[in-house]
Amino acid sequence: MSVSLMSVCYLVSAVLFILALRGLSHPETSRKGALYGMVGMAIAIVVTFLAGGMIPTRFPIITLGIIIGGAIGTFIALKIQMTALPQLVAAFHSLVGMAAVFVAAGSLCAPEAFGIGVPGAIHAQSLVEMSLGMAIGAITFSGSVIAFAKLQGIMSGKPITFPYQHPLNALIGIVIVLLVVAFVLTGGAQWIFWITAVLAFAIGFMLIIPIGGADMPVVISVLNSYSGWAAAATGFTIHNMALIITGSLVGASGAILSYIMCKGMNRSIFNVLLGGFGSESGAVAAGGGGVETRQPKSGSAEDAAFIMKNASKVIIVPGYGMAVAQAQHAVREMADLLKKNGVEVKYAIHPVAGRMPGHMNVLLAEANVPYDEVFELDDINNEFSSAEVAYVIGANDVTNPAAKTDKTSPIYGMPVLDVEKAGTVLFVKRSMASGYAGVQNELFFRDNTMMLFGDAKKMTETIVKSLSA
Amino acid sequence: MNLIHLAMQAPALLGGALAHAQGVAAAAEGGAEAVNPFVYLFAIFLMACFVGYYVVWNVTPALHSPLMAVTNGISSVIIVGAMLSTGLAASYWAAGFGFFAVTLASVNIFGGFLVSWRMLSMFKSKKQQQAKKKA
Repeated sequence: MSVSLMSVCYLVSAVLFILALRGLSHPETSRKGALYGMVGMAIAIVVTFLAGGMIPTRFPIITLGIIIGGAIGTFIALKIQMTALPQLVAAFHSLVGMAAVFVAAGSLCAPEAFGIGVPGAIHAQSLVEMSLGMAIGAITFSGSVIAFAKLQGIMSGKPITFPYQHPLNALIGIVIVLLVVAFVLTGGAQWIFWITAVLAFAIGFMLIIPIGGADMPVVISVLNSYSGWAAAATGFTIHNMALIITGSLVGASGAILSYIMCKGMNRSIFNVLLGGFGSESGAVAAGGGGVETRQPKSGSAEDAAFIMKNASKVIIVPGYGMAVAQAQHAVREMADLLKKNGVEVKYAIHPVAGRMPGHMNVLLAEANVPYDEVFELDDINNEFSSAEVAYVIGANDVTNPAAKTDKTSPIYGMPVLDVEKAGTVLFVKRSMASGYAGVQNELFFRDNTMMLFGDAKKMTETIVKSLSA
Repeated sequence: MNLIHLAMQAPALLGGALAHAQGVAAAAEGGAEAVNPFVYLFAIFLMACFVGYYVVWNVTPALHSPLMAVTNGISSVIIVGAMLSTGLAASYWAAGFGFFAVTLASVNIFGGFLVSWRMLSMFKSKKQQQAKKKA
């Protein structure tokens, strides 16, 4: 196949990828979009098999790789629980990063195959591109592995900080830059490449360990973006258009998601990435040292069922706690019973609810909640005043009115759901513990708040029982 | 709709840039001053960033999780580089690295697209749900 024809085919793939993202603008067009993406990928793979200069005896090896990888990927995708999505996505990011490192290594071993020079005398520009692809890939890999470990619970979700953390990171960064310069000057010395790779792995690790569990939506988005830039840099190294276009699409996508997540917390991306938020020391400082003596009003599932049954409108506010307790199906059952009683039910989702962007929407969809009953913060926030009940399940900081009023609060300025405007706020919570930000939620002590202490799933199931009784 | 229009046209623009790049490269052989092909690749890169920016802002927040899974899948187009490294090079090292990269990228291609398919299949409107119940 001629180079020009191949380029055109890669372009077609890239267009199909753009259409895949375009399809996600609405649930109805989304599956068609995903199909475009699959077709685009198939075209890219077939075209590459037909590339001029391919050694036919290597085809079985490539095919074997695709079969092994494809089987593993298919198995995981079909088996995975929807609540485990965030860690799955983190794991997938790590694979893209590692693949970028391997492709960079491959092009270093065989530069003549990609027309970027001969071993020991690779073009300087290609060496810089190669280093970039490798470094971003390595950071994506180790960073995603840590994110995966934190989300999976293999590692504590608490931020890990130690003295001189940031100066140390900066030092490693400077050494990496110096090594890349040496790499270019030597025309591509293998040993420098691998030392740089080790340091890049180290920095990915160091960058993510100080970031706490609830900041994971940002971390995943940022790593998503990195995996794109790694692909784009690889595209520059091997002069491949499909990689450059797709890499920048993914890079832009991750960057936008990071921005949306940061805005949802009213924090800058630097504040999140420098880490340490929600650490032990932070919690004490935020609490002001005062011991809480007020007693919240608590109620039983029967009370809650009674109040909701007699309401005309109930807004359900799910958070990460619902995912942990796997309570989404029970919530849907409760909503169904309420609807039978003529109650209007809606769902309100905060942008950073859960552990990845859109986490709650997927869980509710899994429980067969129609997507047109689920609303984003901006679209539903003024409806709380017309609702008799706000049912807050597994969310905390995103409902804290202190974000609107208390300038000293660490979450001041964060957009929050105005649940306190509802007639009654039902708070399903295991204990009075503060949320991730370490801030006490004064909503617990308001007159129109009723605490429902217990496991989110069990509590909701008990409500379902008394509703159907 | 303007943004969508722009997004649809951008690939054509990119194609134009590439054709131009090849034209210039051909001219360069004739003795004129050569433009570094990097410039054209970089132009494609910048354009694609803009396309990505506008297309992704149009993605509904409800589908941000599937968006991540889909981008997982499409960023695995890095398999192209992996296949070339395996198939083009006489070096066994390059072939070995390529093989590992092909395997990792394939996990992601199949996993990413299938998981997003699973997720997207769950999103149903009120009407679709009622239709399903009746059936």
